[in-house]
Amino acid sequence: MGVCAPNGIGLTNFTQSLIQGTSGITHRPQLEKLGFGCQVAGEPPVNQAMLANYFTPLELRGLNATGIIYGVIAGMDAWADAGLSKNTTTIPNWDQGIIFGTGILGVDKFREAIHLIDEGNVRRLGSTSVIQTMASGISAYLGGLLGCGNQVTTNSAACTTGTEGVIMAYDRISQGKAEQILTGSCSDSGPYVWGGFDAMRILPRTYNDNPTQASRPMSATAGGFIPGSGAGALVMESLESARKRGARIYAEVLGGELNSGGQLGGGSMTAPNSMAVQRCIRKAISNAGISAADIEVVNGHLTATSKDALEIENWSKALGRSGKDFPYINSFKGTVGHCLAAAGSIECVASILQFQENTIFKNINCNDLHPDIESIISVQCVPREPISYNASIIAKASFGFGDVNACVIFKSYKSDI
Amino acid sequence: MEREEKYQTLKNIVKVYLPEDVDVTDIKQNSHFMENLNINSANLVDIVLDVEDAFDIRLENEDMDQMQTVNDALAIIDAKLSQK
Repeated sequence: MGVCAPNGIGLTNFTQSLIQGTSGITHRPQLEKLGFGCQVAGEPPVNQAMLANYFTPLELRGLNATGIIYGVIAGMDAWADAGLSKNTTTIPNWDQGIIFGTGILGVDKFREAIHLIDEGNVRRLGSTSVIQTMASGISAYLGGLLGCGNQVTTNSAACTTGTEGVIMAYDRISQGKAEQILTGSCSDSGPYVWGGFDAMRILPRTYNDNPTQASRPMSATAGGFIPGSGAGALVMESLESARKRGARIYAEVLGGELNSGGQLGGGSMTAPNSMAVQRCIRKAISNAGISAADIEVVNGHLTATSKDALEIENWSKALGRSGKDFPYINSFKGTVGHCLAAAGSIECVASILQFQENTIFKNINCNDLHPDIESIISVQCVPREPISYNASIIAKASFGFGDVNACVIFKSYKSDI
Repeated sequence: MEREEKYQTLKNIVKVYLPEDVDVTDIKQNSHFMENLNINSANLVDIVLDVEDAFDIRLENEDMDQMQTVNDALAIIDAKLSQK
């Protein structure tokens, strides 16, 4: 696995931040200058020295797509972490593919291009405008760096993207169509990505001087989500293949489900149809061959908007569990914000890290659990400090604009079974 | 600007775009950008833009078509500079 998150680049830093509840949300002077209502955001602290480890000087020339930077860092790290290397032969590796999603790519590069074009200077765009702004730029980039010859594509399903990618990779591998797939997702930083959400007035405006407290999933004082950015990446392969290679196995994907609420029955472009959410969770459980009672930890979508209580209600109904019987539940958006298209993959990586750390990572900024949530589940189910716990089954869900849902079931891997 | 100075400037522009298997010492005045130096056609577009910036000139489409070798580039640069 690999990660490039606002509160940690690389698995080691990211894990430490999750255990300690270190926030990656900071005040962004650029957003203040531009008169944003919400002037705080989560942005991975990438520096020039780091870039030199992943990109050649030529690749860095004119590189103005933060999503590609984050995606390449997370993707290349995941590949190396899985014990795989770049293809140095002249033949594509037909069994290795990429499913690496994004919502929109290279927004700053696109802005550059728009200015040049509007000035009548289209000839000055150079050769990298297209590859940095096409949605599939990230999978194309990674596919070229690694020499993959299987499917190389970019999926896009708003904030569901990253979790959808895990399920798409799982499906393709279980169909026997690929041996290893690098899956993940990335999301650009900056005002041109986040502005639309600010305009929708779904970002909090009262924490500009208090960035680390701004993102408050499940809290009574939650005022909206904090925009974030970054990338997460996972290498997926069949258990047989991973065992044969002696690869480090973090977890098994038991199954998952993707669906849409059709923007019907309370669902809309921006709100979920609860029937679809519950169905997605139930189907993921049955596809995984487990029962709802087996789920010990849930990592929710839980963005810190008024919809958090509805999400808890949907989980509770789908699982048929409430009060103290409800699983532990956490949201990492308290520390990383809502990384949009990158949210699912960053949070899948974080969810899985809980297995090897034997810890359930804590929720921050929700000491004041929302009363509507407390009326459904026990306050004990919402860890405010890390809990030492050897989980076997973790469910992760992501929901997105367009009324789209994804739920995946992870199982801890024990080498002796 | 002397021809040698122009050549060095051009070399410094071109070296950034060389693939891993081509060394900067392989750049000769008669080198063909694509055939000898293995520079891909997309990057040739970027070399043209860098040349425009470095010499403060503007290259037209027909100039780009004629710019096959290092010598071609130097000749075009000379011609453009003399028109200024």
